Amino acid sequence: MSRPRPAAPRSPFIAPAWIAAASLVGLVSALLGDGLFDWVSWAVFSALIALVVRAWIRRDRR
Amino acid sequence: MQRAAIKAWFVIHKWTSLVCTLFLLLLCLTGLPLIFAHEIGHLTGADPEVAPAPADAPLRDLDAQVRTALEHFPGNVPLFVGWDPEAPVMYVNTGARVDTPPAQMQTVLLNTLDGQQVPAPQFNEGVMYFLYRLHTDLFMDLPGLLFMGAMGVLFVVAIISGLVLYGPFMRKQRFGTLRTGRNRRLAWLDLHNVLGVVTLGWALVVGLTGAINTLAKPLEQAWQAEQLGEFATRYAGQPRPTRLASLQAAVDAARAAEPAMRPAFVSFPGTGYSGDHHYGVFMQGNTAVTERLYRPVLVDAQSGKVTAQPQLPAYMTVLLLSQPLHFGDYGSLPLKILWALLDLLTIVVLVSGLYLWFKRGSTDTRVNELARAQNAEGA
Repeated sequence: MSRPRPAAPRSPFIAPAWIAAASLVGLVSALLGDGLFDWVSWAVFSALIALVVRAWIRRDRR
Repeated sequence: MQRAAIKAWFVIHKWTSLVCTLFLLLLCLTGLPLIFAHEIGHLTGADPEVAPAPADAPLRDLDAQVRTALEHFPGNVPLFVGWDPEAPVMYVNTGARVDTPPAQMQTVLLNTLDGQQVPAPQFNEGVMYFLYRLHTDLFMDLPGLLFMGAMGVLFVVAIISGLVLYGPFMRKQRFGTLRTGRNRRLAWLDLHNVLGVVTLGWALVVGLTGAINTLAKPLEQAWQAEQLGEFATRYAGQPRPTRLASLQAAVDAARAAEPAMRPAFVSFPGTGYSGDHHYGVFMQGNTAVTERLYRPVLVDAQSGKVTAQPQLPAYMTVLLLSQPLHFGDYGSLPLKILWALLDLLTIVVLVSGLYLWFKRGSTDTRVNELARAQNAEGA
């Protein structure tokens, strides 16, 4: 990976906090209704899977 | 974070994880097919397909349905009847005694229109039931359930302590860092961290709700004692009625009491769901939440009249809502598929954690590694 990295990322807990909050929304949404509520849940968990795929594609092989 | 604090959290993470990992692997592996139990049931015929009936088609009398079911298992008594929400099919659970546990129940599926038996294997036999028992109680009933619940609690502690350690380790790294080219241990450690954080919220909720589900039996008993105790004085000294009022009349009375809901299942007196003197007609709504938050209508099993419509206590609401949040069965097939993918990622977290433990070195080495990562200049 040749892109320069920022010197000091912000708190390491920002990403986990977003993930936990999004997961809660995803878990509860489909419980509350059908249709759009289901789509919100599907979108949240698909995004989590996409994060894994993204991390793998960008892995640092040096 | 101070070195001493890192060490304390490291020790917590190590031991809570080590104790529960093998059981969690078992839970993740057996849970995977259980996510798709409904679909697998349709494929194998355990859950037979019956064409839907017109909404206004007349249904066969329920007392006749129960008699038909008992003809298949002479000498048994009826325990529960319940309805498939999607097809004109009902089940009648029977057993030798009113307190027959699920493992020994004998069940008949009947067409709700004409009372024809719908051929299907018993729910408490076969591969899926075997996996279900492995997943829930290791074939050890309540002790097994409580043991698995304890493993669930350890899993939750392991996730939280893992998240705390993620802080110092990732202090100088971007989220999603996977360094696969340096050494194998670092690659697995990065993978463990990325997947652990991605599955964080899901695994916490599924772990916690799983642990809550292991308490179903004691919670139901507490609810019985608390709520039905109110009526116990009224029936003090009376034996459980041997001649029961019409089931059809009881269900009709419950429908009249809750006109906006439909009956999901009925418990017979003595089965542990409605005391010794009542039918418990459990009504459900038709949204994802109201489908699960049953509203019980207690119908006197001798007079056939409604005695009470007790509100479920808060702990029963928590239990009933913990079920879908653990099973992932409330958002159609796409949610089940995502549930399965997150389950697979959790398996990778568990296996990578085990690998990191095998390749460990001393606790001090690991704590030093975390402290170094926290204090390093740049990446």
